[in-house]
Amino acid sequence: MRSVKKKGILADLREGLIHRLFQTSGLMVIAILLGIIALLLYTSVPAFREIGLREFLTSTRWDPTSPEKPEYGFLSMLASTIMVTIGAMVISFPLGVAVASYLSDVAAPKVREIVKPIVELLAAIPSVVVGFIGITLVGPLIARVFNLSHGLNALNGSLLLAIMALPTIISISEDSLNAVPVSYVEASLALGANPWETLIKVKIPAAASGIIASLMLGMGRAIGETMTVLMATGNARAFPSGFLQSVRTLTANIAIELGEVPYYSTHYYALFALGLVLFLITFFINLSADVILEKQKRKLQ
Amino acid sequence: MVNTNLKTVGQTKILVENLNLFYGQKQVLENINLSIPENQVTAIIGPSGCGKSSFIRALNRMNDLIPEARIEGKILIDEENIYDRDIDLVALRKKVGMVFQKPNPFPKSIFDNVAYGLKIGSNHNRADLEKIVEKSLRQAAIWEEVKDRLNQNALKLSGGQQQRLCIARALAVEPEIILFDEPCSAIDPIATARVEELIHQLKTEFTVVIVTHNMQQAARISDFTAFLWLGELIEYDRTEKIFTNPANKLTEDYVTGRFG
Ligand SMILES: Nc1ncnc2c1ncn2[C@@H]1O[C@H](COP(=O)(O)OP(=O)(O)OP(=O)(O)O)[C@@H](O)[C@H]1O
Ligand SMILES: [Mg+2]
Repeated sequence: MRSVKKKGILADLREGLIHRLFQTSGLMVIAILLGIIALLLYTSVPAFREIGLREFLTSTRWDPTSPEKPEYGFLSMLASTIMVTIGAMVISFPLGVAVASYLSDVAAPKVREIVKPIVELLAAIPSVVVGFIGITLVGPLIARVFNLSHGLNALNGSLLLAIMALPTIISISEDSLNAVPVSYVEASLALGANPWETLIKVKIPAAASGIIASLMLGMGRAIGETMTVLMATGNARAFPSGFLQSVRTLTANIAIELGEVPYYSTHYYALFALGLVLFLITFFINLSADVILEKQKRKLQ
Repeated sequence: MVNTNLKTVGQTKILVENLNLFYGQKQVLENINLSIPENQVTAIIGPSGCGKSSFIRALNRMNDLIPEARIEGKILIDEENIYDRDIDLVALRKKVGMVFQKPNPFPKSIFDNVAYGLKIGSNHNRADLEKIVEKSLRQAAIWEEVKDRLNQNALKLSGGQQQRLCIARALAVEPEIILFDEPCSAIDPIATARVEELIHQLKTEFTVVIVTHNMQQAARISDFTAFLWLGELIEYDRTEKIFTNPANKLTEDYVTGRFG
């Protein structure tokens, strides 16, 4: 007869230790997140005190180094960020969903085996390299097509961000298309629908929430991207008036100015306030995407 | 040996000739020959894995979805070989409807589920759609239960209701043949009784082929029964004969529950 009792106190101890270890690392991640939020809040508060929330939230002029009257309005940068991001999504969302549908539905297994890693590689290109492409390739192209003196503008940023958001959109959309039960597809085909109709009328609607989540995650990626937009969009401070104008996003502005700003000055705190805004936007976008994905997972089970 | 000449009953609707089916190298159906009569219920029985689903899915070419599946031989429906090159798959699948093992309504409204097949490939106006949806739901004996909530999500229905909805959805495109692959294995006994009764009524208008694990069910609702074993058609005859006086020892062992 074999006993199934635990052998000695050591086994107990070891299990307890392993449990602790995992628990601690989990807690640590949460602690780091809370720490970042606390730090951002702590360093932003002086900015709001010194500038006033009203100016920060309603002014379109951001000119911290003006000798007469420095001003700290975040609106033009927010608008630039939104504009570049929307531009990127308009390009990469339809394209991404189309590629995802192709991969999950049409592509032969061999083709899929080749295309998927390529898409994933796209995500591995360092953003500074993408920015480089923006300066040397996309910029001149835009300048030529629209007859401009240079092509460093919102459109350039949107195009590059579209490329960078594609892997996220494709892989999340494909996952949720693949999660659509085969039984739906079979039912549709058995009723005489062709694969195309099945995709449009059954698969995409059933995967809709995951596809929306992919859009949001792609957006989160685009909003937070710094180096690429810094290099490609020209960084003019004015309120954006069109896609062919140079724009300066929240991220680019922080990166440009943080290196030169005197510590603990109003300007310094104001940059942290921009960081807080950025963090809040991406945090909520990612959070809602997670919630949507979780809901869809439960629904399709 | 195998009786494929059932001249005593009406017209042959489906004629299967020398059918072989492979998944890659593996052969799962071997030289099947049988003729399925019009306006009758034909049951396919046999132990798990003997090829029942593979067979019934060959009748509307659902096996086309499986890349490694390969078919030899002929299946003639109304004297047209459905494996010929010039077969219109859409037309075939509208003519040969299918109801699956697990109820699989779309995550859409009850109405949209039934109207789905109608909206494909042809344009019906709203009034026509409504008329056909009602007719189909009535035929599937579920109209009374859902008529006041046609816009409700179909996934909210009970399993048995979902299965009848799936039958209504198949009926809506006006098929001539309906294939059932173990339609009752995922629903409760009371719902099963209703579906069985329904299938029994359907044969006045349709030709029905049903796969079932349940011997009593085959005995209750079918006119003819085919017994498959390890991919071969062992016996095919009137249901009565199969269950009371089978010609083959294997059949007898199976229907009396000695194995399977
Ligand atoms: N896609 C596939 N690829 C390879 N083999 C398959 C595939 N589908 C089914 N098979 C095999 O073919 C044989 C017949 O399967 P089939 O599903 O037709 O049997 P069945 O009689 O319907 O069984 P059950 O009563 O369990 O539903 C089985 O041995 C099964 O493992
Ligand atoms: Mg089966």
